[in-house]
Amino acid sequence: MRRRRLLAGGAVLVVLTALVLAALFALVTTGIEGRGGTAGYIAGVTLFTLLQASLSAVLSVGLAVPVALALASRPAFPGRRLLLRLFAVPMALPVLVGVIGILSVYGQAGVLNRLAEWSGAGALPPIYGLAGILIAHVFYNLPLATLLLLARLEATAPETWRIAASLGLGPRNVFRFIDWPQLREALPRVLGLVFMLAVASFTIVLTLGGGPGATTLEVAIYQALRFDFDPGLAARLAMLQIAISGAVVLIVGGSGQALGVEPALGRGSLRPPSKSSWSLFAIGLAALFVLGPLLAVLIGGLTPALGKVLSEPLFYRALLTSLVIAAFSSLLAVAAAYGLALARAAHPSRALETAALIGLVVPPVVIAAGWFLIAHRLGVAQPVTPLLVVLLNAMMAIPYAASVLLPAVHATAERYDRLSASLGLSGMVRFWRIDLPLLARPMGLALGLAALVSLGDLGIIAIFGGEGLTTLPLLLYQRLGSYRTEDAAALALLLMGLSLALTWLLPRRNREEGAR
Amino acid sequence: MLRFALTAVIALLVLQPARAAESLTVLTYESFTAEWGPGPAIEKAFEAQCGCDLKWVAVGDGVAILNRLKLEGDSASADIALGLDNNLIAEARATGLFTSHSQKLDGLKLPLAWTDDTFLPYDYAHFAVVYDTQKLETPPKSLDELVRGDPEYKIIIEDPRTSTPGLGLLIWIKAVYGDKAGEAWKTFKHRVLTVTPGWSEAYALFTKGEAPMVLSYTTSPAYHEIAEKSTRYQAIAFPEGHPIQVEVAAKLAKAKSPALADKFLAFMLTTGFQDQIPTGNWMLPAAPTSTPLPAEFDKLVKPVKTLDISPDEVATNRRAWTDEWLAAMGR
Repeated sequence: MRRRRLLAGGAVLVVLTALVLAALFALVTTGIEGRGGTAGYIAGVTLFTLLQASLSAVLSVGLAVPVALALASRPAFPGRRLLLRLFAVPMALPVLVGVIGILSVYGQAGVLNRLAEWSGAGALPPIYGLAGILIAHVFYNLPLATLLLLARLEATAPETWRIAASLGLGPRNVFRFIDWPQLREALPRVLGLVFMLAVASFTIVLTLGGGPGATTLEVAIYQALRFDFDPGLAARLAMLQIAISGAVVLIVGGSGQALGVEPALGRGSLRPPSKSSWSLFAIGLAALFVLGPLLAVLIGGLTPALGKVLSEPLFYRALLTSLVIAAFSSLLAVAAAYGLALARAAHPSRALETAALIGLVVPPVVIAAGWFLIAHRLGVAQPVTPLLVVLLNAMMAIPYAASVLLPAVHATAERYDRLSASLGLSGMVRFWRIDLPLLARPMGLALGLAALVSLGDLGIIAIFGGEGLTTLPLLLYQRLGSYRTEDAAALALLLMGLSLALTWLLPRRNREEGAR
Repeated sequence: MLRFALTAVIALLVLQPARAAESLTVLTYESFTAEWGPGPAIEKAFEAQCGCDLKWVAVGDGVAILNRLKLEGDSASADIALGLDNNLIAEARATGLFTSHSQKLDGLKLPLAWTDDTFLPYDYAHFAVVYDTQKLETPPKSLDELVRGDPEYKIIIEDPRTSTPGLGLLIWIKAVYGDKAGEAWKTFKHRVLTVTPGWSEAYALFTKGEAPMVLSYTTSPAYHEIAEKSTRYQAIAFPEGHPIQVEVAAKLAKAKSPALADKFLAFMLTTGFQDQIPTGNWMLPAAPTSTPLPAEFDKLVKPVKTLDISPDEVATNRRAWTDEWLAAMGR
């Protein structure tokens, strides 16, 4: 069984590595020479990339910890489920839509500024600069980190709570002996995830950065792929980005602790509800922060253009394309993440966990450009384009799916391997009888997250688009590119609604399942 | 599930455009072929004339067209590339992928002389600062006033490393200030709210009310007046002159239907094509139209002077100018 699990993970790793290496190789061997950036420029860019990504990760995850703890300690307030589902929505929001939502609140003409002027305090200083970048990164990543950490906290076994209750553990000791070990196990992975998302950030950094002082490696890569058209340089910069973020994640990941407490799966949590006011405060603040820009997107989209967009066949075609790509790529991503998780359960190595993050370490535009090139060289661009789009979207979504499935699969293995072996259960029988029912919740979460990620993709589709494949974000961007701001706002609203609908895929709360 | 998957695969296959026997493939940018763009009407008019099938392949923008051609190299499937601009010409020529257009140029109506025998213009507009009349009562009257003006009133510009308008502004400052361009940028920097990756982001932020000015085109106000019945956004004419964006098409040397490609290039300068440009592409036609332009176009500012910087000069100096910009703007 151990061997088979390692094989599953190994196969996924081989495919992922081959996808990346083939793309980089294709780019390096184009023979097209551009005029690359100077070493000093690249060094400066790299430093800023590291600075903003570290700050973004620490801020997003640091703030997510109290929010996740607060949400875990308040399992039943009205609107909790809707709030959690809304927390998943930013993932599918094309970056520019999020930026515009954020500016509606914090911008020069935003709500805060108007409030400040109305109260006589005068205009606030512009957010453009590091502050703007960090606000946007926290907006995108705090909800994601909260969801991931909360999933971890809610997985505490009922027995643990029974013991805690019989020992009469107070809130401080509950945190120390129960919650903290769980968080400590999950934090390196979540920090790594957010760090890499921030490293790969492009539009946010340029648009809110205020000037070329704020330039990340991703900007340099994009520049190398566009104006300077130097595919070799793009590949080399991508390798630099892979090396840097891979190293950081290995270091952070290496500091993580082994699982101290076994998480429960698919069963009710018995955490004693808290009545403390700090938790309400934390939840309220986080809700305000995340929902403000989302509300702005909602209001911005409610114009006559909404009806017009809804009457266009183009919209429905893009909707279908988006859904089909999201469906296939999320299934593929979850299958691959499951394979990685099986191997990780059989062989607890940090390298495997880092490998699970590959889709984030590697800039998707670079891989997409590489594969575009390969497809054209082989003369099969037309038929394989949809396949490549699905494959690369899946690759991008694996880190999200893996961050949910890795610990969950590890836990089922710990708990049921011996039992299954003694019952003679193995292979598909065991998967259907034991693993799938236990993993239904994490699988659902993984699927939902993966689908949302690919729903919001713009980088990959922008490389491959133009041959009849138009997704909703691409349609939105096309409208924006030809003065049709209202159409774009309506599409943003529709995309937000669609991703909210998709969050039905996300698992429901423990308690309701337990009550059945 | 399986049935859903099958339906989905079939749907994706159906979404792929069909191929016809005698066809002309034109590689262009997305806003040209969009429903509201000039593409659909042009396709209809040309197909009626040639009895062939005109097929568009659309990518993001002019830079993406050139990059796609470089990537595809000799395996390129397009007969014509439509949507490169004057600042990309030198690089496009260097690829050796294009051949001469063999069209007469005397019918062109451009604000500058055009003699290129490979790249044929179809429309143009000048880069200009567009301002919000509700936020700015006294807009700058010259480029110098813009550069030295009150930093309280900001402008959103595009990044020359990633976008054509950004490159346009770089050229503009260089053409007007020459050796002093670096200093000009150092002063101008204080008026710049932010630098966006492309025109879309800049214009979206501008119409959102983030800043009273944006770098765009002289033709931008025509869109707002015709499509939105609004005169709120206006362009400003600067006496120092304006850089121009001339959009061009060219025939690929390896075109599969060279005769059809020639027909299309000739058609491009006729009214069947040019009539669609003003309100389809929101640019000014490079050749006569069958009817006068809408009145709103007459109201557009007309730069008294066009800054004519040769494509070769841009190609040679882009790197140095960008470095100068980076140094002045704080990197």
